[in-house]
Amino acid sequence: MTLLVILEHDRGDLAEASREAMTAGRSLAEQMGDDLHAVLIGEGADHLTDEAAELGAQTVHVVTHDILTDYGPDAWAESVRQLADEIDAAAVLAVGTDRGNEVMAQLAARTDLPFVANCVSVDASDDEGWSMTRLQWGGSLLEDSTIEAERKLVSIGHHAVVASDALAPGAGTVEEFEPELDGSHAVTIIKDRAVLSQGVTLSTAPVVVSGGRGVGSADGFGILEELADLLSGRVGCSRAVTNNGWRPHADQVGQTGTRIAPEIYIATGISGAIQHWVGAMASKRILAINTDPEANMVAKADYAVIGDLHKIVPAVTAEIKRRKGST
Amino acid sequence: MRILVCVKRVPAPGAKINVTTDGQAVETAHLGFTTSPHEECAVEEAVQITERMGGEVTVLTVGPAEAEEQLRYAASVGCHNLVLVPTDGLALDPQRTAAIITETVGGLEADGGGFDLILFGNESADSGGFQVGVRVAHALGRPIVNGIKGIDVEDDHIVARRAVDAGFEVYELPRPAVLGVKEGINLPRYPTMKGRLASKKAEMVSQPIDAENGGQVMVRLHRPAETVKETVMLGDSEEAAPAIVDLLEEIGVLQ
Repeated sequence: MTLLVILEHDRGDLAEASREAMTAGRSLAEQMGDDLHAVLIGEGADHLTDEAAELGAQTVHVVTHDILTDYGPDAWAESVRQLADEIDAAAVLAVGTDRGNEVMAQLAARTDLPFVANCVSVDASDDEGWSMTRLQWGGSLLEDSTIEAERKLVSIGHHAVVASDALAPGAGTVEEFEPELDGSHAVTIIKDRAVLSQGVTLSTAPVVVSGGRGVGSADGFGILEELADLLSGRVGCSRAVTNNGWRPHADQVGQTGTRIAPEIYIATGISGAIQHWVGAMASKRILAINTDPEANMVAKADYAVIGDLHKIVPAVTAEIKRRKGST
Repeated sequence: MRILVCVKRVPAPGAKINVTTDGQAVETAHLGFTTSPHEECAVEEAVQITERMGGEVTVLTVGPAEAEEQLRYAASVGCHNLVLVPTDGLALDPQRTAAIITETVGGLEADGGGFDLILFGNESADSGGFQVGVRVAHALGRPIVNGIKGIDVEDDHIVARRAVDAGFEVYELPRPAVLGVKEGINLPRYPTMKGRLASKKAEMVSQPIDAENGGQVMVRLHRPAETVKETVMLGDSEEAAPAIVDLLEEIGVLQ
């Protein structure tokens, strides 16, 4: 039997998250006593087979078809469904990104099998039933679950495992697979793309300077923008701020916004409700600036200043300028 | 345009989320309830589309009788028809929820005509299974794309934009279609006094429907282990600025 891991790529660029899927896949395959297979779907992915082998794949399936010109949930899931049948996969695993969970849900719908999204750990020692722990509330709560199914479908929560290299590469035997697809599977394939921003984005910024309700107004974000610019960072905000229309939703850090992982997160005037916290918790360090010493954000921060952000933030900006000017 | 929006009633937790002693549910004794955030935006989007193009919005929820509160809220911001499938006390896994919704949609369409568009939230705020909308769309034989932050309704198709890190992916689906919407597609309006009053009188249809359990069984909920952190206090005024900049230098983010 085999464990099949879906490798996510965008027109030939392997998603960093796929390394997490393979890391989880290696330990799961070992528990199951099964072979680890990986699947690469569509145009531009065939050059990734060596990387899949390095990540531990014994067999790498390269799926090609005329309609697989770009990502599409129907076409990808239908391809995986047919491949999983062909190789009699005991389980299919992806990482819980937007695409990963979407393809797994499509696969589950097509097979009417249970799908457990965003697992943080999986016990696969019993062939019949697996037990797992998965994320609820964006990670604020954990759920223990069990599934019984002839083919187990799971995704691993994004960032739930730390990606690592395989101790020894897999054989990486390349197998080509051409699924039977038709026009009905092509309707959800990407038609076009629009690039809005280039360079550092909120999710990749090394510094995020964020404001919450305590900032008080849209104009109040001017001092945060100035500080973020000095640090080559990005401005973020809480849900209260976007709900007030002070900042665009693209700036929102949180469960329903962007998940960030900067070197330092400077959270000003943010109380730290769970919806915000789960978006910020992957930050390496957190500095909270808040008038309320009891705020959740202050309790969870590595560093804190208790005071008025409207005075402290400009003082930090001035101090940075002073030091830059003196060197 | 006939649009259906599926919403879920969820607790509105603050800084902490607690679990009942039997581990089967979130402790909601001191919590209010709300519509799951992505779905609140789906409701607003549906209302905006019908304001532009005419038509009506039906809101459907599968949940406890109290979910009437979320349906009435949807009516107060402009939705027309309210449908509740009461499932008090039932443990619903994603397959069962999807089967209930699919059957309900079938009944609504047989009575009132097909929906041109069905909107779901990308995922629910609480259980976050990332699959109910996809299962329903598949059972209805309609296309679905998730993660949508922009919708243009054209005569015979729907253009949907999915937000990715640096921009959008554009999809073009034939009608009728299903979309999983994300918060940020719009800024939901607040209900007006007139809307609130009208929502109290809006007719709500309650129809119990059930389906078979799927293959996932929830055993218990628990809170993740908390790493207790000692917060280093850097000061209590702008006098802390040098200490903050020292820290920024030390971790190498100040060049």
